[in-house]
Amino acid sequence: MTRFLLRRIPQAVIVLFGVVTLAFVLTHVVPGDPARLIAGPNASVDTVASIHHQLGLDRSIGYQYWRYLVGLFHGDLGTSYALQDTPVASAILRALPISAALAVLGVLWEALLGIPVGILAAYRPGKLADRVTTLATLVGLSAPPFWVGLLLLYVLAFKFNLFPLSGYAAPYINYLILPSFTLGLGGAAWYARLTRTNMLEALRSPYVQMARAKGMPERVVLLRHCLRNVLSPLLTMLGMDLGYFLGGVVVIESVFGLPGAGKLTFDAIGTLDVPMITGAVLFAAFFIVVMNLLVDLAYALVDPRVRR
Amino acid sequence: MTAILEVDDLTVDFSRTTAVRGVSLRVEAGERVGIVGESGSGKSVTAQAVMRLLPPTATVGGRIRFAGQDVLGFDPARLAAWRGADIAMVFQDPMSSLNPLLRVGTQLTEGLRRHRGLGKAAARAEAVRLLRTVGIDDAERRLDDYPHAFSGGMRQRVCIAIAAACTPKLIIADEPTTALDVTVQAQVLDLLDELTERHDTATVLVSHDLGVISSFCDRIMVMYAGQVVEAGPTDDIVAAPAHPYTRALLDSIPRLDGDLPRRLPTVPGSPPFGNVPTGSCAFADRCPHAQDRCRTEAPTMAPVGPNTTAACHFPLTEGART
Repeated sequence: MTRFLLRRIPQAVIVLFGVVTLAFVLTHVVPGDPARLIAGPNASVDTVASIHHQLGLDRSIGYQYWRYLVGLFHGDLGTSYALQDTPVASAILRALPISAALAVLGVLWEALLGIPVGILAAYRPGKLADRVTTLATLVGLSAPPFWVGLLLLYVLAFKFNLFPLSGYAAPYINYLILPSFTLGLGGAAWYARLTRTNMLEALRSPYVQMARAKGMPERVVLLRHCLRNVLSPLLTMLGMDLGYFLGGVVVIESVFGLPGAGKLTFDAIGTLDVPMITGAVLFAAFFIVVMNLLVDLAYALVDPRVRR
Repeated sequence: MTAILEVDDLTVDFSRTTAVRGVSLRVEAGERVGIVGESGSGKSVTAQAVMRLLPPTATVGGRIRFAGQDVLGFDPARLAAWRGADIAMVFQDPMSSLNPLLRVGTQLTEGLRRHRGLGKAAARAEAVRLLRTVGIDDAERRLDDYPHAFSGGMRQRVCIAIAAACTPKLIIADEPTTALDVTVQAQVLDLLDELTERHDTATVLVSHDLGVISSFCDRIMVMYAGQVVEAGPTDDIVAAPAHPYTRALLDSIPRLDGDLPRRLPTVPGSPPFGNVPTGSCAFADRCPHAQDRCRTEAPTMAPVGPNTTAACHFPLTEGART
């Protein structure tokens, strides 16, 4: 356990360093001048130059990178260009709970919709439930989330007034149900298929035959003998999804007007807000790396063969 | 003697193929019966049909009676109460027939608790005793291990302990030694022998290895292409096989005595799979003694000796058998 962490944590740091470097370089090679965007189209060359100086953009990229890393080391992610005087860290921390709620609910939808449907489909392959599942998951996998989101907004929020159209206010859960459902739908379809495949494999396996031969009723065969073997590979993917969602889901937060980390990233790209983009990317990468680590640990808990 | 298991004219159809075509089998209390045949001969499917373990895609016909009761008529609850308690099975591959994510103790005690109504502590004590019986040291501690901590032979011992846990009247062992090293094979067979001897448990041993079968069983049933082609007491069949197929199986067992042949005799060709032509002997195409009649008329089981029956138009005579 300790050895595992000692090996994995340095790896994680290296990955994060790589992500910071890449994000920093990419935002600087993108054409466009943040100073001009801030100053507006009619600003004089002098104004733009003074903004350049203020932001430190007149220094070499190497120096800027160095300053950024030093700041990072002190826990300072810089100050946003677009949101005047707002530290990047506090903007992200403000957006984070919204993205976290969305991510957790999204993963819940994925698991709670996908896994039972997959089990049901696998139990009687080729029968009606299985065929309906195959069709539904095909639709779920193919439909782009922004389209599903807009459709849901139109029908449930606009036509029937069941949910708010956009934004984020109390009671928060009302504002989260549709976005999280949209977020989880594609994943749920994916998990339903995976669960079905794994379940079919488990049902055919000798240990399930053995459990039946022992006189275990179907309920015990399914719940005690199959489900663990089916769920342990899914656990990995659910954890990775959670990490991925925590960093903010750009498309869904934009469609539903949720002020989360994804929306923050989206807006920051629009205004070439370099510190904000780098910070958001760094946070997203951080969650993915951490969840990867946790997933590996959880996997060892579920599967004794991985334990050492 | 009372019959534990009576199988009458068993047929098993899968959607496109017929795996078992009219197999009859009778096992008395405490008796050991061997079913031998090549891959695809229907021997494993027969065993699974008796246990009602075939997938729903299989259509099972004929009659299976266990201690006089109609097995094919059991409802799920009756089936679950019967399996494990009155009849048990040992599978071929001990590497995959134990659940990798459950402790060996759990897998051993779940049957004890369900069928014998033991409490947690009593079931555990009984599991320790069972593991000791099958020769696993440090049983108390090994109960908390997962299957991957056991070797293949050890796992098969665990499987045998699980099968023997509720002292069933019949154990079906489907190729129990095939996946094991030769040195371990004998140990596992001895163990099976000892356990069934002690409780007068009847055994059906399914194997492709006539050597294994003949060392263990009182009676042998030779299967080919989903049918029984020869049946009788082990000694009679090994001494004087009447069916050319049985003869060929016997010839292909390696022997350590006498001159070593450079190559073991093999049976040319492969057994028909699925679409066995009716109206002819299924073995005719591979049989060295086949004549015209073999290709126009299917032989039926008929007595060929005092205790043996065979399905062959031209059973090997004493002279030809030597």
